[in-house]
Amino acid sequence: MPSLIYIDRHIVHDISAQAFAGVEAAGRKVRRPDLTLAVVDHTVPTSHRELPILDPHASVLLSSLDRNCREWGIRLFDLKSIFQGIVHIIGPELGFTQPGLTVACGDSHTSTHGAVGALPFGFGVSEVEHILATQCLWRKKSKNMLVRVEGRRARGVTAKDLILAVIGKIGIDGGVGHVIEYAGQAIRDISVEGRMTVCNMSIEGGAISGMIAPDEKTAAYLEGRPFTPRGKQFEDTVASWKDLVSDPGASFNKVVELDAAEIAPQVTWGTNPGMVIGVNGKVPDPGSYADVQDGQATERAIEYMGLRPGMSIEDISIDHVFIGSCANARIEDLRIAASVIEGKKISPHIKQAMVVPGSMLVKAQAEHEGLDKIFKSAGFEWHDAGCSMCVGMNGDLVPSGGRCASTSNRNFEGRQGKGARTHLVSPMMAAAAAIAGHFVDTRGMDVPDAE
Amino acid sequence: MEKRTSSKGGNTVEGFRKHTGLVVPFDKLNVDTDQVVPKQFLTWSTKDGYGRVLFYDWRYVEGEKPNPDFVLNKPRYQGASILLCRANFGCGSSREHAAWALKGFGFRVLIGTTFADIFYSNCFKNSVLPIRIRQEEIDELFDRAEKTEGYQLAVDLEEQTIAEVNPRGKSGLIFKFDIDRFRRDCMLRGLDDIGLALEFERKILDYEGRHQPAAPLYGPLSFPFTGN
Repeated sequence: MPSLIYIDRHIVHDISAQAFAGVEAAGRKVRRPDLTLAVVDHTVPTSHRELPILDPHASVLLSSLDRNCREWGIRLFDLKSIFQGIVHIIGPELGFTQPGLTVACGDSHTSTHGAVGALPFGFGVSEVEHILATQCLWRKKSKNMLVRVEGRRARGVTAKDLILAVIGKIGIDGGVGHVIEYAGQAIRDISVEGRMTVCNMSIEGGAISGMIAPDEKTAAYLEGRPFTPRGKQFEDTVASWKDLVSDPGASFNKVVELDAAEIAPQVTWGTNPGMVIGVNGKVPDPGSYADVQDGQATERAIEYMGLRPGMSIEDISIDHVFIGSCANARIEDLRIAASVIEGKKISPHIKQAMVVPGSMLVKAQAEHEGLDKIFKSAGFEWHDAGCSMCVGMNGDLVPSGGRCASTSNRNFEGRQGKGARTHLVSPMMAAAAAIAGHFVDTRGMDVPDAE
Repeated sequence: MEKRTSSKGGNTVEGFRKHTGLVVPFDKLNVDTDQVVPKQFLTWSTKDGYGRVLFYDWRYVEGEKPNPDFVLNKPRYQGASILLCRANFGCGSSREHAAWALKGFGFRVLIGTTFADIFYSNCFKNSVLPIRIRQEEIDELFDRAEKTEGYQLAVDLEEQTIAEVNPRGKSGLIFKFDIDRFRRDCMLRGLDDIGLALEFERKILDYEGRHQPAAPLYGPLSFPFTGN
């Protein structure tokens, strides 16, 4: 029998109507609205929020979340809130996520919260209903996996490149059944926001979740955030984190090791996040795979992506750029991207380049620093916060045949729009590609190292 | 198939004991849930109606006309209720709509080597049985299902067996499969896992009473701003 795990923090978003309906139909109550936070992100418009929502289904979803939150007394950050943003951005940003807590959300990228040493659970709507009604979750202990990245990253190689390289190495099902702990010098070296990018994509490697042990960077990041305890309470809390690390010599079901120094800026060439290679690499030849099915999958992916085997990644021209998503839409991401494009213009054959900050607070901070002006004068659109073109549920789409350099986390067929071709990259790589019109190696570029 | 519900609403699943049905081989690796149900249907507020949009972008061509090349549209597989899958089926997004769509279309059993974790769990919540068997066994089933028109399998959850049903109704090939006992029992009995958790109400209360005051982090949240 599995264990009944208590959930310390639960975040619900706009695709939760069926969960609330289930609670109501069974005559149950929302058990702990005080440990629950709601925010709208998946379906929300990222511009002209004063206008009515065009999609009648999305409009119903948003108004039903509003009604449910009022009925049960759940704090909701709606379209008018200055705290609105993508669930996985606002959790850590507001200090709602803290080390040592179990954090749950009906979304596969909940693993993001593990970057501060929380234990995150992501799942479907039935489990949302389960937590609303019980504040608990049935779970068996998962297997554990250690991903150790030692060495120093080259300049111009970011957290996104590390995690894409990890996924390239373990494959998109390499983590099935496991929770990953990311450790090693290269993980300690990256910022807490960069660690969120790493943990965010654990599911892209098939893992149940991802975590990083909290350290002094975590404390500095969380201190003073709205939900973070103050003064002595905070100091006591930080002191208790020393227990939130794996014992020396702890055994793992699986151990994977990478050397950060060998990792180049990464670009996906195919239709899943494991189809990835360094920017100096080439699109693979389907005939080079030992496994027939891998060869067929590669052939189909290359066909969908409109590429040729053997083509250099740097020769791939793009016509769309998306800087956003729960993988990469925090303030550091925007700072890095802005530093690459400052004083430059996007390539004339880019049809659309957009920046969608991960939260309204990130947006406000970026505007305070003048980043919006840099983006806009380079030719980027500057949007309000939401999931936007990562999932394309709000009408922000790449047209069929369009080719997008995207800082998001999924490049599945049709993910950004039917027939759209997505290349996953870091914000730095996306910015550089926007200027050049094709992928370029960001190593050696002169940008302030935000990490 | 036996149908039984133990309460209204909640996560109650229909009881599932045995199922016999037509098999369709779905010969694609790493099928992600974005393909099973594309994004444009995720804004619906119901759990019903997704059968029509299962594999939407693969299944239809312009104007929602069936794509004749897509395996589920082939005449010989009409009425199929058992889907043979390749490794890592259901990867990517946690959208439970994928399970609702498979069920809405008529699938009751999925057979593969590995399934993505969240999708696997979502299936059990919706009375769709995902069965994991060995690589050589799935290869054998793919081979037979492709070669034999009207290929049927009989699945018995209690006995944990998959048996071939030949045209005269007699069994041939039989595989045993492993499954987590708790998941199996929930499905056999049509258990509501929320109701089951609420049976531990006293323990949950006890935990909240002991654990939450001990550390300020675990207690009710205070937020220093008013309104939103």
